[in-house]
Amino acid sequence: MQQLSLLLTSLPDGILLGFVYGVAAMGLTLIWGVMDVINLSHGPIISLGMFGTFFIFIKMGINPYLGLIPVAILGLLLGVAIYFIAVHRVIDAPHLSSLLATFSVNMIIIGIATAALTTSPYNVDFNMGSFDLGFTTILGTRLIAAVIAILVTGGLYFFLYRTRPGKYIRAVTNNRAAAELMGVPSTQILALSFGLGTMLAAISGALIATFFPFSILSGAGYELKSFVIGVLGGLGNPVGALFGGLILGVLEGAIPAFMETSWVPVIEFGLFVIILLVRPNGLFGAKE
Amino acid sequence: MTPLLQVEGVTKRFGGLQALTSVTFDLPEGQILGLIGPNGAGKTTLFNCINGVYTPEVGRVLFHGEDVTGSKTYAMAKRGLARTHQIVQPLEELTVRENVIAGACFGRENHSLGSAGEIASEVMEFVGLEKRADQLAASLNVAQKKRLEMARALAARPYLLLLDEVLAGLNPSEIAGMVEIVKKIRDRGITIIMIEHVMKAVMNVSDRMVVLDYGQQIAEGTPEEIANNPQVIEAYLGDPNLAKKLMGEDE
Amino acid sequence: MKNWRNHLGLIVPLLVVTGLAIWPALTDSVSNRENAFTILKAIALASSLNILLGYTGYVSFGHIVFFGFGGYVGLYFLNEQGWSIWTSLLIAGISSGILAYLLGKAILRLRGAYFALATIGINEAVKAFINNFDLFGGPIGMTLNFKVYKEYGGAAEALSMAFYIMAGLALAAIVLSYLIRVSKFGLGLLAIRENEDAAEVMGVVAPDAKTWAYVLSAIIPGMVGVLFFFKNGNVEPHGAFPLHASIELLVMVMLGGQGTVLGPILGAFAYQGMRGYLVTSDFFKDIQLSVSGVILLIIVLFIPAGAVGWLRNRFAPLRRVLP
Ligand SMILES: Nc1ncnc2c1ncn2[C@@H]1O[C@H](COP(=O)(O)OP(=O)(O)O)[C@@H](O)[C@H]1O
Ligand SMILES: [Mg+2]
Repeated sequence: MQQLSLLLTSLPDGILLGFVYGVAAMGLTLIWGVMDVINLSHGPIISLGMFGTFFIFIKMGINPYLGLIPVAILGLLLGVAIYFIAVHRVIDAPHLSSLLATFSVNMIIIGIATAALTTSPYNVDFNMGSFDLGFTTILGTRLIAAVIAILVTGGLYFFLYRTRPGKYIRAVTNNRAAAELMGVPSTQILALSFGLGTMLAAISGALIATFFPFSILSGAGYELKSFVIGVLGGLGNPVGALFGGLILGVLEGAIPAFMETSWVPVIEFGLFVIILLVRPNGLFGAKE
Repeated sequence: MTPLLQVEGVTKRFGGLQALTSVTFDLPEGQILGLIGPNGAGKTTLFNCINGVYTPEVGRVLFHGEDVTGSKTYAMAKRGLARTHQIVQPLEELTVRENVIAGACFGRENHSLGSAGEIASEVMEFVGLEKRADQLAASLNVAQKKRLEMARALAARPYLLLLDEVLAGLNPSEIAGMVEIVKKIRDRGITIIMIEHVMKAVMNVSDRMVVLDYGQQIAEGTPEEIANNPQVIEAYLGDPNLAKKLMGEDE
Repeated sequence: MKNWRNHLGLIVPLLVVTGLAIWPALTDSVSNRENAFTILKAIALASSLNILLGYTGYVSFGHIVFFGFGGYVGLYFLNEQGWSIWTSLLIAGISSGILAYLLGKAILRLRGAYFALATIGINEAVKAFINNFDLFGGPIGMTLNFKVYKEYGGAAEALSMAFYIMAGLALAAIVLSYLIRVSKFGLGLLAIRENEDAAEVMGVVAPDAKTWAYVLSAIIPGMVGVLFFFKNGNVEPHGAFPLHASIELLVMVMLGGQGTVLGPILGAFAYQGMRGYLVTSDFFKDIQLSVSGVILLIIVLFIPAGAVGWLRNRFAPLRRVLP
């Protein structure tokens, strides 16, 4: 009984957070799907999104939700730049090359940001009130973040299925060589996909910053979560990532009702490895 | 005496595609079996079912009378089966010699590096790659890579050798050289199945032939029988006068 | 040795490491010993990783898990059970090897980036587990009982001994790496790296070969872990399983040249040397991470074969002497 009430208290929060994690993972998995690259600069870009909210809200006084627009645009541009500088040359090289290339971007971002911003925590005290549901209270910021996450997912879905560049992205995901033969400008599409992936990372960071303290190193933890979610939802399946995020959120909300919170990562990563082994296409993907 | 290889009713599907339907034949020791059929007929798939890349859904493969259906590829190699690939698969960053040594080391006779080195020298000379021994496999041209495939397979000292289009893409003098090599291999007592599109060559060296079309085994027999089989002519060769051309003089 | 030239690939690395091991004594400098210790540790770890990464072609992003796990097990027996450093090293190597065997059976089926991801997941799962494991001190970890140093003649003596054992482990890692590289087993690994399916068709029993490569690449890191924590005097989960240390090892192997015996050694030198310079330089100190990142990126993009690989490609005769 006590567990049930604990569950009711923490589960809604977990679910709301899950949507936001889902957006971060969507970025990772989009890039993976289109070009078979695991973007190890994902974490620092999430962190940069967090600082985006900080500067826009604290320094410029603009509403952080409005601030998502410049954060998204800058995230997109940064991703396109990273693609051309670090990824394009190794796109067909063995995996080690693209892993290390994106990791070097990770080091570069963290190095510069550490010099400029230090690694101590920042905080955006942003309050959107809260709702009392009787068994638990829900923070307004989290609810809004979850709604925005769902809207972003819908937008991505619309983009991928209803617009020409989106259709190109899906064509390249399916078979790059065939897409090129049909006249898809693959280099631009790869760069755009990478940009969209980093844009989603930056947006999720910007949303997380509205309710958690952060530093330039915080992104690393969300990057790991993105791996887990990506595998849960099926690597390369952006929409699956939202469900993966939801599952992770539910786990994070539910586990503390039954055992110590410190067991959460054991279960998360254990599950991650097991799913990689038995369902490498994700829980919803086709079976091997 | 039990045949070296028995293929009994082998059937293989890929999703909705029936790649092989109940293929059945025996291959006695010391013979060359020619396997022909149009592109996509299922020839390579049959090799893959014999050497363990795929497990057939129905049917059995017997090697030396033992059921080996569904064995791993390396287990088949250890039993004495070696093959070449239609799309060459060299170990690119290793030298030609290292490629061939690997063939001898891990094949049927399980040689040490030392004795494998001797076998490699001999086999490289046999296929005419001795001058390239210390080159990286990646630097060979296609014809040389086909020879390398052959050398690697031979170095394993197999009982049965599966050759998948070793003549494709070669010029006439290279084909003649390769055909000579195949005959010499047979003379060493190695049993061979040979997939080939170069019809004259395969008719010339085969003891028996099997014809596949859309996964169906439409004919089996001596090269003469195949060349005169109306079904084969209709389904595959298309030209009623082809038999004469193939068996007889130059066109 | 009549044809010593053929063994240059082993002799040169051994001389390098031996030189490194006696350098602090010659210069009678503790800070030199610290630097040499770090480089020797990097050599031992990078050479071990190279067995899996360079020879077998499997990218382990979480190789540090063996360092942390072995180190924890060894320190537990050393500290809590009163075992000697030697038996603790042994048990650490054995437990890391067993862990690798069990993990390998499961995850070596995965290829490419999926394997890399699984190794990250395992590192994080093991770290999180140890964080909850009371026998090993949970989140606090274990602090070495000062008594342990006394058994080896006090802290100074014990640290000096740790240095020489580390040199021994580095030598062992190099000899192991060399023996594998020139053996039939090693040829099987190279075949797997080049084309796993083709290797199996040739008769390489890839599942077994990969598992043993993984085990052999895990044993010495486990021992290095004990020694490192022995010298540090404590162990805790975050210090034992740092993901970035795994990646540093990959960088070293890549810098020097993956798949060669000498490569990881050069890579370890170059990486540690560069870091040492950047961290202390007034100019680069603040952005040393970025500078390292730029250097890494340039190497990945333009010299992916690493230093030794580049030399081997440029000068074919070197291939014989630099395996
Ligand atoms: N792994 C596979 N998955 C799906 N279809 C396959 C696979 N391998 C072969 N096929 C299909 O099976 C049929 C037979 O192919 P194959 O055996 O390569 O023909 P052949 O060697 O006679 O040219 C073809 O239609 C081919 O597309
Ligand atoms: Mg074929």
